[in-house]
Amino acid sequence: MCGIVGLFLKQENLRPRLGDMLTDMLITMTDRGPDSAGIAIYGDETDGLKVTVQSDDAASAFDGSQDDLTNRLGTSVPVKVLDTHAIITLPRDKRDEGLACLEERGLRIMGVGDAMEIFKEVGLPKDVADRFGIRAMQGSHGIGHTRMATESAVTTLGAHPFSTADDQCLVHNGSLSNHNQMRRQLARDGFVTKTENDTEVGAAYISSRIAKGDTLGEALEGTLKDLDGFFTFVMGTKNGFGVVRDPIACKPAVMAETDDYVAFASEYRAFADLPGIDTARIWEPEPATVYFWER
Amino acid sequence: MQTLDMNDIDLRAVNATLQGAAGTDTEFEVLNLRGSHAVAVGLDAPIDVTLHGSAGYYCAGMNKQARITVKGSVGPGAAENMMSGEVIVDGDASQYAGATGHGGLLVIKGNASSRCGISMKGIDIVVGGNIGHMSAFMAQKGNLVVLGDAGDALGDSLYEARLFVRGSVKSLGADCVEKEMRPEHLDLLADLLQRAGMDAKPEEFRRYGSARELYHFKVDNAGAY
Repeated sequence: MCGIVGLFLKQENLRPRLGDMLTDMLITMTDRGPDSAGIAIYGDETDGLKVTVQSDDAASAFDGSQDDLTNRLGTSVPVKVLDTHAIITLPRDKRDEGLACLEERGLRIMGVGDAMEIFKEVGLPKDVADRFGIRAMQGSHGIGHTRMATESAVTTLGAHPFSTADDQCLVHNGSLSNHNQMRRQLARDGFVTKTENDTEVGAAYISSRIAKGDTLGEALEGTLKDLDGFFTFVMGTKNGFGVVRDPIACKPAVMAETDDYVAFASEYRAFADLPGIDTARIWEPEPATVYFWER
Repeated sequence: MQTLDMNDIDLRAVNATLQGAAGTDTEFEVLNLRGSHAVAVGLDAPIDVTLHGSAGYYCAGMNKQARITVKGSVGPGAAENMMSGEVIVDGDASQYAGATGHGGLLVIKGNASSRCGISMKGIDIVVGGNIGHMSAFMAQKGNLVVLGDAGDALGDSLYEARLFVRGSVKSLGADCVEKEMRPEHLDLLADLLQRAGMDAKPEEFRRYGSARELYHFKVDNAGAY
């Protein structure tokens, strides 16, 4: 089944509330996906490049990592540990060297970007949100997912969002049927996926199109032609998010827009606590139609 | 009028109260739905129920006799399998509204999305706005009236339901054709529009129905199996 949520703020004054609002939306979607949850927050940009890493053995993996990275890269590398994840801010000119160091330490790279931070784990959405302290996070927009696994195992890496390029990530409700063939094609183009998951292939497909010069809208349009299966996708980018549903559109979707925000959810229930929802414009996204909001 | 506030009473208690309402109150209102699923389902008494706010999946499902008004929008499967009574939705309806309904009247004042009236078996559905793709798929009996436009594949594999559309039809499904609007259809449509409280003229609609080409196996098609 799975539940997906997204929130794009139009007003700066709501930024401090982004994590809180998204957490409530995510928890409401627990019935649709109780086995894992994940969220991508587009937060404050820094001078460096934000790398979200994960480890199953966080205590030892992150211990001493800040000193080690600082020594090896010859410059200060801030490491902020949040449960099984850490946000590591690399100097921009040490990207490749830095990422190599992280992999050498056995850390899994969940995402890289100027603004994006990704947190995902196995467990109930409420517990996952609590572990990372997502309520307290601020930012301009974010997307989230509650998972009921069908296509691959219930693991941290099988949870959404999937990031396959800087500041880009995807959440998905549905299942793709041509993902193995597409995975091989994308690998030949240099977009190598890390898991057996179908959604990661969807994310890599969209990233590959954007890398070739497509806009987010064009890349999402491409999914209608090249991806086979059921999908309601929400794709986050540095500047906003986009939504597309397959032509059959059996996976639910509803959107709400006010002067303050654009919200996406699998069900209206997720909107019930949003400010001004009683007077919001609420609609169901049309099948095979791309919607996106960017700033 | 009895008020059921879902901030204080859980869904099962709300439904149990409404389902046991025969011979008690005749008017109910339900507050603070917050998109809950399966609100006011399985009613079987001539009662009047008003739901204030938007509902989730399967709102007013399996209705018999009751008149249920939703002051908001409804999620997938609204008024599924209705036997009799009325369901009136002030806002929009998601997928498969009125699916498999045997009787009664479903009025959606806004838009209905895909698969509206799928496999309908005698229900009357009146939609003030547009309907999505694959509506009235395998519809067997009853009437679907659409004041706006219809999406792709309207009435695919249709049996004997009658479809009336005032706006455009993006495409007709297999075995669905436009048919002549005869005086009895205009009378039927006038009655349905009046009962639904819709301001539209029957003459503005076009009628679609089954070409009845899929009813029987044709030996010429044997190669397809």
